[in-house]
Amino acid sequence: MDNIAGTKSSLTWAVHLSVVFLVLLWLFPTVGLFVSSFRTADQIATSGWWASMFPSEQNLVLRAADPDDFRVEQGGVFVVEGNLFDEDSAAEISVWGTSSRAIDTYVPGDVADLGDGETITVDATGNYVWTGNDDQMSGRGQRVFATAEAPPEFTLANYDNLLLDPSNNEGMAKAFFNTLTVTIPATIIPIVVAAFAAYALAWMDFPGRALLIALIVGLLVVPLQLALIPLLKLHLGIGIGKGYLGVWLAHTGFGMPLAIYLLRNYMVGLPRDIIENAKVDGATDFQIFTKIILPLSFPALASFAIFQFLWTWNDLLVAKVFLIDATGETTVMTNQIVELLGTRGGNWEVLATAAFVSIAVPLAVFFAMQRYLVRGLLAGSVK
Amino acid sequence: MHPALQGLITVIVGVGGCVGYYYFSNQFLDKFLFPAKGADAGRNINRANMVRPWLFLFPAIFVLGLYLAYPVFETLRLSLTDRSQDGAFVGLANYNQMFSEPKFWEAMRNNMLWLIVVPAASTAIGLLVAQLTDRIAWGNVAKSLIFMPMAISFVGASVIFKLIYDARPEDQAQIGVLNAVWLQFDGGIGSVFLLKLLPAIILLAFAALTAYLVWTLVQPILDTQKRTGLLQLLLRLMGGAIGVWLGILAVINAVQVFGIDYAYGEPQTWLTVPFWNSFFLMVVLIWIQTGFAMVILSAALRGIPEETVEAAIVDGANPFQVFFKIKVPQIAGTIVVVWTTITLTVLKVFDIVFAMTNGQWETQVLANYMFDKLFRANDWGVGSASAIIIMLLVSPILIWNVYNARKEMR
Repeated sequence: MDNIAGTKSSLTWAVHLSVVFLVLLWLFPTVGLFVSSFRTADQIATSGWWASMFPSEQNLVLRAADPDDFRVEQGGVFVVEGNLFDEDSAAEISVWGTSSRAIDTYVPGDVADLGDGETITVDATGNYVWTGNDDQMSGRGQRVFATAEAPPEFTLANYDNLLLDPSNNEGMAKAFFNTLTVTIPATIIPIVVAAFAAYALAWMDFPGRALLIALIVGLLVVPLQLALIPLLKLHLGIGIGKGYLGVWLAHTGFGMPLAIYLLRNYMVGLPRDIIENAKVDGATDFQIFTKIILPLSFPALASFAIFQFLWTWNDLLVAKVFLIDATGETTVMTNQIVELLGTRGGNWEVLATAAFVSIAVPLAVFFAMQRYLVRGLLAGSVK
Repeated sequence: MHPALQGLITVIVGVGGCVGYYYFSNQFLDKFLFPAKGADAGRNINRANMVRPWLFLFPAIFVLGLYLAYPVFETLRLSLTDRSQDGAFVGLANYNQMFSEPKFWEAMRNNMLWLIVVPAASTAIGLLVAQLTDRIAWGNVAKSLIFMPMAISFVGASVIFKLIYDARPEDQAQIGVLNAVWLQFDGGIGSVFLLKLLPAIILLAFAALTAYLVWTLVQPILDTQKRTGLLQLLLRLMGGAIGVWLGILAVINAVQVFGIDYAYGEPQTWLTVPFWNSFFLMVVLIWIQTGFAMVILSAALRGIPEETVEAAIVDGANPFQVFFKIKVPQIAGTIVVVWTTITLTVLKVFDIVFAMTNGQWETQVLANYMFDKLFRANDWGVGSASAIIIMLLVSPILIWNVYNARKEMR
């Protein structure tokens, strides 16, 4: 059958290749952020993230050990020996120098003359021998400027710093919990309210039903920008002010049309027989709803729950208007990231990590429950 | 009290309260107000059944009214008053003030650009991917990966793309992909091909496409056999005129591409290049919305009856003809739906512009302009007026949706 409906042509390879190209193109930005969040500030600043998979050449400023503590007297001169790198580094020095103006004077193994008999020699793995008299071998350790080939290296320090360091007031831990605090009630409450309304619109007869449905379809597209000032005024007026209660209510209101629309469309499609049988057997509407409709509507409930979860988790505008006050105690992750973009614009290790912390949860939800999301999208776009 | 605990209590109180409300109001209705026993049992049951829907609906209607319907009218009222004059009625003064601001017209111009480019690009790429992945074995994996940006917040996507657009001074290693690629161009033959010939070809192809579309629009008018209504005639002529204008624009630009002096070898701060920076912002939204278009259109493609495709192949149609002449016409309705849904998202786009440029360097859009007026300038009158403009731009889609929904229910 596939042969008749014609894709098994000479174009098949072209199709595969273009899909591979498009998928890579679409993944590339996110992968860049992901990789960057595991690199140190130095690494990010010296090379593009795509180079991080390969060994990179870096210009380093290293320092020999403190001579006052480590020098050893050998036949009239003092000697300090050691390795310039941390213990587990596998970097390989290609050229080095002892002055910032000439960082490529020597190759590994050369002996650099520092004047008056003071010398230092460095080999490729960073081992050095530094010799000089009593006077020269005191104070701080000799600086070495090295160009080294460093193997790919990734670190969890950024996440550690941003999530687990309580002294870091730019941290994401608080914002993470604030976002969670906003999201969960703002996802569950609209579902309950909308489910009852959707049942009434789907299975109960009353005058004005068609009009109500039309109204809800209309409200589906009302931009929430219109609601900002009137509702902020209202919240301030009745004493809710800026805070969690306000943002929960606002999200409930803004999610309601889609919730009712999705759930009603699904509930209308449930088999009429079941509901009529239950009625004949004497079930009340409340019983029919809780015992039959709700369990059967689980897929639609899940679809909407994902929508609302993604939308509230990713929201910036509603949180900025209804939640975040001058103290900034209730900041959410999206807002925290925007502030970091302002204050730490060039610190990509901070930004990338913060952004990835905030998108990790939606991504997990997305991949776990994609089926329901797709189903919801198909039902939700007004036909 | 810890906010998380407060949240938990809210969930319990909120859900419990809702369920309690529905349960007890039903009990009250059945047991006390209209009990189904005694002399009036039959009448009471009927009366209870007339009231019950409203019990189920009340909380939803209340929330909808308060959070969506009331603000429309309140914003309209606010846009006609002045806050600094204690809310006195000032007529259209706010609108006049807004229309005299160049920043507003900049926002309007950009919004129009967004409205054309983003839905068109997202739908086109979405359709392309949907078609390409339709019959390959790993199509679902590919679709799921292209769909993924839907889960990423606009703010997160802004950070992702800011890294791509990042610029470093010339003597440092570029860490933004776009600049790293840009520095590969040196004005040689490859650069001429990719940056001059290719754009010119794309623009000419676009011009050819518009010419074809204009022809299909205008042709029925020239056909004297068929009578066309006046409205249809006007619409066709208008569409034709827009098409001709776009086509001419494309040809002019295709010629001008060859005259551009590119700044080879200099890293560019992409987000500060006037006019083009708006397109760099649009890329973010296209990246997110393509997955949405793809999912919907892919379902529509699956729904096309196989016989029509087979008949076309038997008649000797090539794959391109099958796609453009058999498949696309059958999913035209879905394409319109996708297009309008993305249009709605575009009209409300705020986070991307706010996070990436905050409207600087001529990238302002309406939603961000409004936010600026409301919360920086504290000018509620002009802010409301711009919100009303957004509402006006949305309303054709609103009416169209309501019209279709009513038609479907009948």
